[in-house]
Amino acid sequence: MPLANTPTSVPVVVDDEKCIADKGCTVCVDVCPLDVLRISDLTGKAYMKYDECWYCMPCEADCPTDAVTVNIPYLLR
Amino acid sequence: MDDLRAGLNEVDCDVLVIGGGTAGPMAAYRARKKNPNAKVILLEKANVKRSGAISMGMDGLNNAVIPGHSTPEQYTKEITIANDGICDQAAVYKYAQNCYSIIEELDQFGIRFQKDENGEYDVKKVHHIGTYVLPMPNGDTVKKALYRQLRRARVLISNRYMATRLLTGQSGRVAGTIAVNTRTGEFLVIRAKAVIMCMGAAGRLGLPTSGYLYGTYENPTNSGEGYAMAYHAGAKLANLECFQINPLIKDYNGPACAYVAGPFGGYTANSKNERFIECDYWSGQMMQEFYNELQSGKGPVFLKLNHLHKDTADHIEHILHTVERPTRGRFHEQRGTKYADKMIEMHISEIGFCSGHSASGVYVDEFARTTVPGLYAAGDMASVPHNYMLGAFTNGAIAGEHAIDFADEVDFEEFDETAISLEQERVLAPTQRDDGLPPNQIEYKIRRLVNDYLQPPKVTAKYELCQERLAEVREDMNTQMMARDAHELMRCMEVASILDCADMAAFASLYRTESRWGLYHWRSDYPDSNDEDWKCHVLLSKQDDAMTCEKHPVAPYIIPIAEDEKDAYYKQRITAQA
Repeated sequence: MPLANTPTSVPVVVDDEKCIADKGCTVCVDVCPLDVLRISDLTGKAYMKYDECWYCMPCEADCPTDAVTVNIPYLLR
Repeated sequence: MDDLRAGLNEVDCDVLVIGGGTAGPMAAYRARKKNPNAKVILLEKANVKRSGAISMGMDGLNNAVIPGHSTPEQYTKEITIANDGICDQAAVYKYAQNCYSIIEELDQFGIRFQKDENGEYDVKKVHHIGTYVLPMPNGDTVKKALYRQLRRARVLISNRYMATRLLTGQSGRVAGTIAVNTRTGEFLVIRAKAVIMCMGAAGRLGLPTSGYLYGTYENPTNSGEGYAMAYHAGAKLANLECFQINPLIKDYNGPACAYVAGPFGGYTANSKNERFIECDYWSGQMMQEFYNELQSGKGPVFLKLNHLHKDTADHIEHILHTVERPTRGRFHEQRGTKYADKMIEMHISEIGFCSGHSASGVYVDEFARTTVPGLYAAGDMASVPHNYMLGAFTNGAIAGEHAIDFADEVDFEEFDETAISLEQERVLAPTQRDDGLPPNQIEYKIRRLVNDYLQPPKVTAKYELCQERLAEVREDMNTQMMARDAHELMRCMEVASILDCADMAAFASLYRTESRWGLYHWRSDYPDSNDEDWKCHVLLSKQDDAMTCEKHPVAPYIIPIAEDEKDAYYKQRITAQA
């Protein structure tokens, strides 16, 4: 059976203006316990690739430029 | 990243620690400290810097046995009673004797513990009998402090490797582990003389009421691999029917922490603003009263702070919103709930295995040894009841020191090399399919079945139906589960552990035909406890490839429990005063 792409609104938001992943930073990707963040090939910035978040916050707390915001997943709000 | 690559590397070490959360770093650190020439590897599925239950820190110690405030004897008695008498006291007593030295060591690492104006530890009473709760004002720095010590001790850290199966030799002794890289799918075989498992709770067993797969009480990386791997290696697991169920902030699913609020005058209340339990310490007996209140006409249940002075309520809010689960503040902000103004709705968590709060774990003795020679377990996945964060540190230290001595005495255990190729085949099977079921759908189905059928009250006929349905899902998993990249492959392996844990939860619960531990094992068709037949452990293990249970006597008590003390935890409900 074929797979569908069901959209979800993801809790982690990255401010592209502040993100320095294109300069080689990978801190948020490195610290995420669930390994759900990636650097986009298109923009060179970090983004949430998988909606599998514990809203625990290391990505936000450890970001050197305050580019990351962790929101509460919609289903819990 | 995430593209699958073929590859197999092999390394060896004296002691392998699997899991870099709380117990694991301490085990690895103490092993290296005791033998600086030994090769110690710390393997971690995520990144040791921020992994495990204390990823963002912890607001306090729940079980600190500090001279002048409590004694090891008193603590051992309290935990024996809290765990309904099913307790091998040697491990609890040893923890209680050792934990103060661990507090001093953590203090040297730079983790501060609250002191009063006289410079004494400011320990609070939350439990039914004794005084053991100690706040940690800079508890958000725990992981950083630990990581610094690991680097200093030159422990070899391997991040983003997920262990999938233990290797054992002809004699049954542990020989090492097989792990898979979570970003490439490459394999790593680690031969070790001793292995310490510190792989956390089985926290992704039940489905949270929000329906969000990762909105669990436990860190969802703790998906029960430790339990599943120990089972497949032939280790015995204790009291898996003693589920973990915790009282939480509804929907947010984080701890409401009456522990933190209690000493300031906060408490758990019903919708009539009434207090209904004497003691907010988490136990199965307390959870039964909590559940009863939720279901009653006086439900739901709330955390009540709005009777306190605004400054006090704000202070508690500040503690709760900055450490352990710091997004809690955002949750309340969005809902417009301020602790000083309004009671906060609470609910019960999904079910899980976690000895840290209850007693379900891989069976260990007072040296953290499992029933498999050379294999140790510590922290939330080992069977020492109610051991919390300080228990993980203390028992991790005990495991590290014992394992390094064991490793000094032995050579590597030989094992059958075909185990490696067989495991590679099992792990990679989902990558060989280009049509099938994604792991998230299979996971959702398992956990939905767990909620439908396995949540207490436990009913025999429902449990048997669940076993049938889980067997069907297992068939789907074995024949149709599909992974398109290394990340999905990690999730597939987690699903396999979750299903193993669901099967174990059902099997162990059906075996114990009585009720015990309050809500944790409430069987409505066997509503009474039966000390004559069941005041014993239930040990579950794999024998001849089939799941089996046996009764195992509770070791003779070191600290006697008087007849009029043993039911203290059943006297939780506040009764009307005449």
